[in-house]
Amino acid sequence: MFEFVVGSPLNIVLILGAVLVAAALLIWVERRVLGFLNERLGPNRVGPWGIAQSLADVGKLITKEDWVPPFADKLPFIVAPIIVPVVMLLSFAVIPIAPGVGIMDLNIGLLWVLAMAGLGSYSAMLGGLASNNKFSLLGGLRAAGQMISYEVFMGISILGIVILSDSFNLREIVEAQHKHGWFVFPQFIGFIVFVIAGLAETKRWPFDLAEGESEIISGFNTEYSGMKFGLFFVGEYIGMLLLSALIPVLFFGGWYAPFGLELPNAIISGIFWMCAKTGCWIFFFILVRAALVRPRYDQLMNYGWLVMLPLSLLNLLVTGAVVLAQGN
Amino acid sequence: MAKITVDGKVFEVDPNNNLLQELLSHKQDLPYFCWHPSMGSVGSCRQCAVIEYANDDDQRGRQVMACMTSPREGARYSMDKAHQFRAQAIESIMTSHPHDCPVCEEGGECHLQDMTVMSGHTYRRYDGKKSTHNNQNLGPFIGHEMNRCITCYRCVRYYKDYAGGTDFSVQASHNHTYFGRFQDGSLESEFSGNLAEVCPTGVFTDKVFSKVYSRKWDLQSSPSVCAACGVGCNINPGERYGTLRRVVNRFNDEVNGYFLCDKGRFGTGYVNSAQRISVNMSRSAHDARPSEITPVDAKAKLLAMKGNAIGIGSPRASLEANYALRALVGKDNFYAGVSDVEFGLLNQVIDIYQNRPVHIASIKDIEKCDAILVLGEDVTNTAARIALALRQSVKNIGKEMAARIKLPMWQDAAIRTLAMDKKSPLYILSSHATRLDDIARQVHIGSAADSARIAFAVAHVLDSSAPAVTGLSDAEMALVNSIATDLKAAKHPLVVSGTSSLEPALLNAAANIATALGNGDQRGNLALCVPEANSLGLMLLMDGSQNSLGKAMQSGARQAIVLENDLYRRAPSATVDSFLSGLQQLAVLDHLQHRTGEAANLVLASGTFAETTGTFVNYEGRAQHFYATFKPVAAIQSSAKWLCDSEFGNEPRIHILTGGAAAILPNGYKLQKLTPGADWTFAGQRAPRQHHRYSGRTVMRAHLNVHEPKQEQDEDGLMNYSMEGVPATKDATIFNSPWAPGWNSNQSLFKFQKSAGGELKQGSHGERLFDENTGAKAWYAAVVQQAAISGFAQFPIYHLFGSEELTAQSEAIQAKATGAYVALNPADVARLGLGASDGVQVQHNGAVPYLARASITPGTVGISVGLHGLNYQNMTTAGVSLNKAANWQNPKDWRASNIIVSDAGSSSAYGRGTQG
Amino acid sequence: MINFLCKQLYIIWSQLVTLWLVFTHIFKKADTVEYPDQMPYMFPRWRGRIILSRDPDGEERCVACNLCAVACPVDCIALQKTEDENGRWYPEFFRINFSRCIMCGFCEEACPTHAIQLTPDFEMAEYVRQDMVWEKEDMLISGTGKYHDYNFYKIAGKAIGGKGKGEARNELPPIDRRSLLP
Repeated sequence: MFEFVVGSPLNIVLILGAVLVAAALLIWVERRVLGFLNERLGPNRVGPWGIAQSLADVGKLITKEDWVPPFADKLPFIVAPIIVPVVMLLSFAVIPIAPGVGIMDLNIGLLWVLAMAGLGSYSAMLGGLASNNKFSLLGGLRAAGQMISYEVFMGISILGIVILSDSFNLREIVEAQHKHGWFVFPQFIGFIVFVIAGLAETKRWPFDLAEGESEIISGFNTEYSGMKFGLFFVGEYIGMLLLSALIPVLFFGGWYAPFGLELPNAIISGIFWMCAKTGCWIFFFILVRAALVRPRYDQLMNYGWLVMLPLSLLNLLVTGAVVLAQGN
Repeated sequence: MAKITVDGKVFEVDPNNNLLQELLSHKQDLPYFCWHPSMGSVGSCRQCAVIEYANDDDQRGRQVMACMTSPREGARYSMDKAHQFRAQAIESIMTSHPHDCPVCEEGGECHLQDMTVMSGHTYRRYDGKKSTHNNQNLGPFIGHEMNRCITCYRCVRYYKDYAGGTDFSVQASHNHTYFGRFQDGSLESEFSGNLAEVCPTGVFTDKVFSKVYSRKWDLQSSPSVCAACGVGCNINPGERYGTLRRVVNRFNDEVNGYFLCDKGRFGTGYVNSAQRISVNMSRSAHDARPSEITPVDAKAKLLAMKGNAIGIGSPRASLEANYALRALVGKDNFYAGVSDVEFGLLNQVIDIYQNRPVHIASIKDIEKCDAILVLGEDVTNTAARIALALRQSVKNIGKEMAARIKLPMWQDAAIRTLAMDKKSPLYILSSHATRLDDIARQVHIGSAADSARIAFAVAHVLDSSAPAVTGLSDAEMALVNSIATDLKAAKHPLVVSGTSSLEPALLNAAANIATALGNGDQRGNLALCVPEANSLGLMLLMDGSQNSLGKAMQSGARQAIVLENDLYRRAPSATVDSFLSGLQQLAVLDHLQHRTGEAANLVLASGTFAETTGTFVNYEGRAQHFYATFKPVAAIQSSAKWLCDSEFGNEPRIHILTGGAAAILPNGYKLQKLTPGADWTFAGQRAPRQHHRYSGRTVMRAHLNVHEPKQEQDEDGLMNYSMEGVPATKDATIFNSPWAPGWNSNQSLFKFQKSAGGELKQGSHGERLFDENTGAKAWYAAVVQQAAISGFAQFPIYHLFGSEELTAQSEAIQAKATGAYVALNPADVARLGLGASDGVQVQHNGAVPYLARASITPGTVGISVGLHGLNYQNMTTAGVSLNKAANWQNPKDWRASNIIVSDAGSSSAYGRGTQG
Repeated sequence: MINFLCKQLYIIWSQLVTLWLVFTHIFKKADTVEYPDQMPYMFPRWRGRIILSRDPDGEERCVACNLCAVACPVDCIALQKTEDENGRWYPEFFRINFSRCIMCGFCEEACPTHAIQLTPDFEMAEYVRQDMVWEKEDMLISGTGKYHDYNFYKIAGKAIGGKGKGEARNELPPIDRRSLLP
């Protein structure tokens, strides 16, 4: 039996491998689930239940011509799609999956995640600017504005958790929840703000204004094709995976089983529950995609600055006050 | 002008006109069938009903027919209130109308369809039995489908009353009314084709077009000018799938108005003929095998002849093509491609027009004239549209009588009843009976020289300063006096003559009469017919040069460029043979294969009028611009473009050549006004050639290649070979086919006119190049050259169908044409001992059939011109000897039944094949 | 203020209801028909491959009136009228460029003789675009298609071979124009 130690090479390989596979699989999962939600079947032709659809897509993307438009700004155009998957994978390093399962046990894990997510906005911005295309430029600008705005209160919204758990370390946050119960209850407002901000941060529906197929034709990635587009695509799904994993870690007790439904082996139980909780959130995000409509850009910004920011600040204030009151 | 109120709107109208025409002039949509701007009102169809109110308090009003009502000053009318009545009227008109629209040639441009929709009759309630009619075979031009008739009487009013036809009438009564001939047979009138346009529905249709039928909206069309004779009628040809499908009238109030002759309408089949030269051929020697060459090589070979070659122009090629040839070979090497006699006559015509104080009569002017003298011209066969106009001018006496009793001019039936058989005086001096004799007050049969002497005498009687003639008989003097009296009494006297009788004295005499008729500011009307579409244009380009064809043949040139010309029709065969055999290099540009082309080393395929853009100058010196209707295959180019060398930039836009010609022509600056300018656009776009409902664009070439080619471009500008551009619905700078919302038929024309039936709001009428001469009266000497005659004195006989070179190659015309023949007096037939199976051996020519005509003076012989089997140019003025060709086989194209003569006693014409 | 809050709450509520309603669809049966494993039922009035039909007598119904061509919004129909020796109109050629056709069915609606009809066959893909240009021979079927009884020439007044004047439906025999009797 292997020892599971955070940061062991085995851990790194397995987790990163699993994330990449999951992200790829997610593309298929999302399309299938969307299909079911729309009373369709979704892709079911490649492999059993269509499970190899992503493989086929990757094959297609790889074999496509690696095309850089002649009018594009070459270097940033090529660099932009690389940034997303890289920073998203880096973020994953601090996610605790089970006791002893993880890549990094960083005492500023939460800040690391926020920092990496912040870097992610460069990807869309650079891509949009380097494409030298009106729609891409609009998409890039939208992406930059949206991501930077929502990052602000995404950060503020989870400060309540930091106060409650007294730590930036994600493992310690999970442990704190094991001790005090899920943070989703005391931090309900923070939770709501975080989920919404997280959606906006990953540019997923209904906050896909940076792409906005129907208005700005895929926005910042209009000019991208082949594997460069594939990187944007995979990056987005890793982002979704990251968000879906982060929410249980922050609000739903991480790998600890709810209602005492623990499996015999702590590691297996941890991995199972972590995956189960992540899966639920993934499903939720797909459901949101299927159900909700895209707001206008001004609505998005108004909502962020005029509703989300005060709410998260209020949440921080109240949490701080309560903790201070209790401490005293 | 009177002010009337119609449905609350106030209109200024002419109280002397009828209400319908005035409302149409104000572009109101009031339905009608029987009214026609050229034929006035009869009030038979009940479609133009309106309510007329007695005064301001009148609420009910009474129903009147707008076409039979003179508008009253200050009166109140309503079109809307009579809507119900009109719907009911058309419903009863339609009870027996067959379910034919999909298989009817009129469908889509049907006045009946338009009016039915406009009147609001949308659902057929009548389910009783429909009455039906048997059709007649009306010959090769007009199809008959009597079931569709709505008894508006327009056809019979046009054919009998307007065009003077005798073989068509209305028969039977009530719902059996039948419009047709007494028995099957070809319509005799030369203007029968207009029935298809006059008929508001599909009873009379264009049979030639029906064979290759396409809907109106599928025809690519452009404003064009008829190339079949010197009148220059405006036409509107339509093309589909690369072939010319039909020709319809294009309104020009000063020239053809609403009507065309059958030669112009049905004579364009040669454009699609199998005889068309569609590739460029070259060979090293006269007897070598020709091989096909590319257009680029062909042009290079042609231009290589520059400097060494003489050029022979053409009276049937455009001004631009002739000018390009003149520019290529130089003025001194440019020769007129007309016969030497014609060369002299045409120069004489120009001299008269320029230097005699006469008014050159347009057709509009002719229709106003009330005393006419026709001098030696068989107008019906040489300039048919003028003959139709003359048929109108003799009716002016009726209008005068009507004016005297204050009958409005639109009261067609009333005026006809009033005039009965009274006609304005028309005198014809001719060498044989012509088709206009039925309206003539007196016809004098005599040689052209005789006619000229009589005419000189008339001039002398009219104005004693004119030279006198002696030696006229008493009968002739009586004729002279009555002609002179009638011409003098007339308000608008007219002399019609022309080149066709080949008698110079006749032109001089005509000029003298017209001069003599001048009185102060008023000048006598003169119309001189010329043989071909651009005869005058070519002669004006000669610019006084005396380079006739005869001179060209004697010039000793070793190289020649012949533009759109068959020299064998211009000069005796032997002369042409020797000229051609003396040439090292002969280039021929033409549309159809002919003998001159067969002798050529280089044959260039040149576009017909339908494929090229250019300018023609008609008999009155009116320059008119025609636009290419469609683009031919790549090997065919317009002659003008073939002949342009680098001096013009190889392939110049046509206006550059027009400008070049303008510098030579008198008043040439007027040519600029023919088009709205080379860079004209409307709303930033050129004018479309295709209707906005043009169909099949993405599939018509798909069987060749599914990938669609680029739309063809017109380098000359102004028009597109596509639907691009704004279709004209109210006025049109480039007047194409008329169409207005709700008016799909040609009746939509009134929307484009200043007043209904009047001139166009926009669009060129053509420009007359000759200034009115206001100088003092001057006279031509009354000299008539008379050559000594041995044998028979010959005179030319022209045929509307067959005498013209190009139209004779059209299938429809061939069905009405015949081969060459000679016409003799029955006494001469007997003298020569000709039996029913004999032909006549003509001196300098082969044997041809003969025709006996009582109207021909004994001792003279009429010789057909241009018909296949005889070269008229081989004749000499010194008379011709005829011999019997016994037991001789008729040629295949001899169809005596197609020769319609109007000699006294209609059975007087006989000859080979006419009996039995 | 209360109103505003209520409105905001209602908006949130409506979003949640939307999410729920969409979620419930996951338990519904998919409408997808797994073509080509499963051939779908094509309704007779489906607008698929265009055919030219014949009348009950077995003659070509098309009279070459050109109305389909002019109705076609993509101008992908071209034909040329010709007629037989007895005056019956029919198309000399009839061509449809199916690579342009949008199956809108306007041609069928415009057709006065029920000749051109759209059929439920939609499997018309080709590897070579040129093969999508169909001529009359490719489209003319031997039956009447959807409309069994209609025979245009039996109603029209035009005489054709086998049907003279006055022999169409609801017609009197041809008049005698030499008679003045009513």
